[in-house]
This record gives sequence, C-alpha cells and structure tokens, in this order.
Amino acid sequence: MSKAPKSSGGVNRRQFLADTAKAACGVGAVGLGISLYADDAKALPATALRPPGAGPESHFLSACVRCGLCVRDCPYDTLRLAKLGERVTVGTPYFVAREVPCEMCDDIPCVPACPTGALDHALTDINKARMGLAVLIDHETCLNFLGLRCDVCYRVCPVIDKAITLEQHANLRTGKHAMFIPVVHSEHCTGCGKCERSCVLEEAAIKVLPHRLAKGALGAHYRLGWEEKAKAGHELVPGIIDLPDRMPEVVR
Amino acid sequence: MSADTKKANRPGTEAITEKGWLSAHKWLLLRRLAQATFVLLFLIGPLTGFWIVKGNMASSLTLDILPLTDPFILIQSFVAGHVLEMTAMVGAAIVTIAYLLLGGRSYCSWACPINPITDLAHWLRQRLGIKGGMQISRQTRYWVMAMVLASSALTGAIAWELINPITILHRGIIFGVGLAWTVVLAIFLFDLFVSRRGWCSHLCPVGAFYSIIAIPSVLRVSAQNRAVCNDCMDCYAVCPEPHVISPALKGEAKNIGPVIQSPNCTNCGRCIDVCAPMVFTFTNRFNTKVSESPSRVMEAA
Ligand code: SF4
Ligand code: SF4
Ligand code: SF4
Ligand code: SF4
Repeated sequence: MSKAPKSSGGVNRRQFLADTAKAACGVGAVGLGISLYADDAKALPATALRPPGAGPESHFLSACVRCGLCVRDCPYDTLRLAKLGERVTVGTPYFVAREVPCEMCDDIPCVPACPTGALDHALTDINKARMGLAVLIDHETCLNFLGLRCDVCYRVCPVIDKAITLEQHANLRTGKHAMFIPVVHSEHCTGCGKCERSCVLEEAAIKVLPHRLAKGALGAHYRLGWEEKAKAGHELVPGIIDLPDRMPEVVR
Repeated sequence: MSADTKKANRPGTEAITEKGWLSAHKWLLLRRLAQATFVLLFLIGPLTGFWIVKGNMASSLTLDILPLTDPFILIQSFVAGHVLEMTAMVGAAIVTIAYLLLGGRSYCSWACPINPITDLAHWLRQRLGIKGGMQISRQTRYWVMAMVLASSALTGAIAWELINPITILHRGIIFGVGLAWTVVLAIFLFDLFVSRRGWCSHLCPVGAFYSIIAIPSVLRVSAQNRAVCNDCMDCYAVCPEPHVISPALKGEAKNIGPVIQSPNCTNCGRCIDVCAPMVFTFTNRFNTKVSESPSRVMEAA
C-alpha cells in the first residue's frame, strides 16, 4: 500500500468490484432464504383463522402490514398479532376459534380499521364473511351422532338454521330413536368459530377449518345430471339403461 | 495506557469540560427521549385504555384521525401486487413528506427502536476496545433493499416484514414479545463482536430506503464553524456514518460547502454534542454560510 499511492486507482476499482460482487452474492443468498421463507409462510396452520374480509393467504401476506389496528378495534379481543416464534407469519392478525371466536359484530369494526385493505372494505355484511368453514369432523364422538340431544353447536350458531341445520336420521343402533345430525352448509357458514368454541367435548368434534382444507372441488367439467335435466326440461340421454343398485351390507 | 488517559481519550471529554455535561449530550438525550416517546405513546392505550395512538410503526392511527404508514412497507406491498386502500397511501405520503423535511435518516436516529440497541453495542465495543471484525461495504444495504423489493415481487408477500427487526421489536413491545428479543440480541451481538456499526450503517434496508428519501431532504447538519476545527477527530469517533463528515468539514480547500450532503447522515447530532469548539449545527440544506475563521482573525491581530 505504502509504495504507490498514486496508482491505487486500479486497485481500488478492482477492490470495489470485488466488494460489490461479494455483497451481491451474500445478499442474493439471503434473498433466496427470505423468498423460500415467504413461500413457507403461506402455509397457515389449520387452527389459525384470519379476520373477516381477509383474502386467501397468498394475497393477505402481500396486503397486511401487520399494524394491529384490526386487533385494537375488535371489541371482544378475538384477534391477536402473531408473535415471533408462533407458527403464524410474524405480526399478522389471527384468531383461534376454540379460544376466542369471532362474535360477528354487525358493524364489523375490524374491517374499516384496516388501513391497507388487507381486510376488504367491500365487506359490510358480516354474514358474507368467510373466515373458514365449520366441519363436523368427528362422527365418533359428537354427542348427537351418539344419539343424544346435545345440539350446542347448532344453538350457538349466529346463522342458525342456515349455516347449521339438524337433520333427522334413524338411529340404527337402537332401532327406534332418531338422531339429529348437525350439518354445516358452506353457502351460509361464516367460519366465526362459535360452534367449535362451544362444543362440549374435551376436544371439539366440530372444527372451523380454512376453506382450502374444508372444501373439495368438483372438476370444472362436471355436470349434475339432475340439474341439467331440470334446466333442459327433459332427459338429456333418453332411455338410459338403469343399472342394478347395490345396497350397503347394513341395510341388507 | 492508564485509566486516566483512556478516559481523556474518550470522544467528547473535551466538550464536556468546555460546555458542561448536559450540553455535550443535548441531542443524544433528546433522541433517547424521542425514541422512548415513540414506544410509550403506543403503550399508553393498551395500558390505560386511553388511546392516543393505535397500531405500531408499520401503520398507526393517532387520535382517531391521523394515519401514518411506513412507506417502505407500503412499496413492498405494492410490488407484491396488492392494491392499497387510500388510508395507507395517505399515511405513507404524510410520513414521506415529514422525512423529506426532517431528513430521511432522522427516522434512524430519532424513531427507530433498533437504534438505541446498535448505539449501545457500539458504545460497549469502544469501551471494551474490541477492534477489527468483518468488513462490509456500506453499499450492501442498497443491495439488501433491492433484494427485498425483488423478493416481494417474486413471492407476492411483504418480504422484509418476515424478518424486519425494527417492527418485530416495536410490535413485540406493544403487542407481546414472544421471541422478539432473540432478533434484538442477534443484532446487538453482531454489532458488538462481528462488525463495527454493522447493522445500521451497512446492512439495514430500511436505513437504505430512508437514505434515498434523504437525498433531497431539508434539515441538515452543517460544519458551519469548520474554520475552528482543532482536528480532535471526536466527531468521526461518534458518527455512525463517519464518511459523511469529511467533505463538509474538510471541504474548504476543494470549495465544498459546509453542509453535510451525504444522505447517509442520520441527523443524530452527536457531532454537534461532542465538538468542543462547536463547529457543527443543525440548519437547512440551503444555508451554505460559513463563519469567518476566528483563528485567522487572531493571527491577523
Ligand atoms: S367481527 Fe367483531 S368479533 Fe369478529 S373479529 Fe371483527 S371485530 Fe372481532
Ligand atoms: S388492520 Fe389490516 S394491515 Fe393492520 S394488521 Fe389488521 S389486517 Fe393487517
Ligand atoms: S362457524 Fe359454526 S357457529 Fe359460525 S357460522 Fe359456521 S356453523 Fe355457525
Ligand atoms: S439503519 Fe435500520 S435499524 Fe438502524 S436505525 Fe436506521 S432503520 Fe433502524
């Protein structure tokens, strides 16, 4: 260094380029890490539900700045921000139905509180919220399936008789009683989580799951024969041969 | 070296003897006050139920009327493909205008909660005499910033918020800590042992972003009395971005004005504090006035 300070321009430039390359490579590696982490973060745990008006997770993570204004305006302390170390993307708002469900406020204060529109301001009717979908997941422990009249999930549902109905079935075990099976209807269930919260079992038999887990999807080309028939007003394939039906063992 | 000379060599010692302790720490104390205020204002609500400010540094609402949003987070959201609500855009515009006036990196030394931590690491590093460590280019932060934006665009998620220590800490204090302290500890140890002023002056993309806002910003530090500089070098020792000082302080021969033009200057005012002959002052970028050299006056007399 000491002998030729004048000619150090070339060395400096080379040094600069080397430094730049080093920095770019290091930063690139970190960037790759963050990007993989970001993709990973989109896999929200099944028990974590987003506030009303939140879009699909892939969109929500581009929109929510993690300010917690929705949390502050929720009068029931339903919402909370994920802390570092939890499995939900750090800082994002969520709730756990079994702990504190959404009370489905008429004025949905959490939504207008959101400054970014991560919670869609177009949502003004809480009945149109789709935070998740209740699924009566365990038919073996649900008391109504055991032939009792618990009905708690049905009775607490804010959208009672639309989101959950009780359907009467014969109790084949006793042969003489009825069973009233809670059935959830996705076109009305908001995913508020009140049913899961109130399920009397140690571990809820009815759970609110994100739609991606709770819903199946028909192939886009599928047509329901009976609907098509009603639409057309006649059989689409006239004189179709009726195949012999096989009854399940129990019934036979 | 005896303890006495060590103490005498600590930057700012001369300023303390000449101006008194308080005025040799004026801007430092004001900054700490501001930093504490930025946390406390958010805590009053949850602690007392009386809401002045809601939210956190990512986005907030003051007195139910004034929205403020971090423009860097907003830009990431935008490149990630989200169409933003008006409130957030107005909030980001207000913040941007404020920093255009107050100096972009005033964010760093007056508002950011990580700053006291990296300052502490630096102070301890000097006290313990830790030297050397990893050399990182000061330009790296711009690469990190570009990477964050690219990653946001590619993944469709606000990338930096996945690991941003600033908001993780600020949110942690206000909404519940979790493991937020681990991030803070990591940065502290990094700055203490691995790289001098490593985080804030070399890596942080938020600081890089506010540096860009600082390019045209108005409030500046100026070496207005550079003629009386006695070359004690204390300002270089305390400055988190020492490279910003030379052009202004030593620029007379090259006809460079006394105003610190570098957008990396954090407007922390420590140079003003520690300078015994009071060379530096806060002013605006257009005030390129230089005081007459009293030393020359003295020589003439
Ligand atoms: S609708 Fe009401 S209870 Fe449900 S999350 Fe929003 S504010 Fe909370
Ligand atoms: S108010 Fe909106 S941006 Fe803020 S945490 Fe809630 S959803 Fe996210
Ligand atoms: S989550 Fe349960 S309680 Fe809420 S609407 Fe759906 S079925 Fe009803
Ligand atoms: S460089 Fe980054 S971490 Fe440091 S004070 Fe500025 S914004 Fe905060």
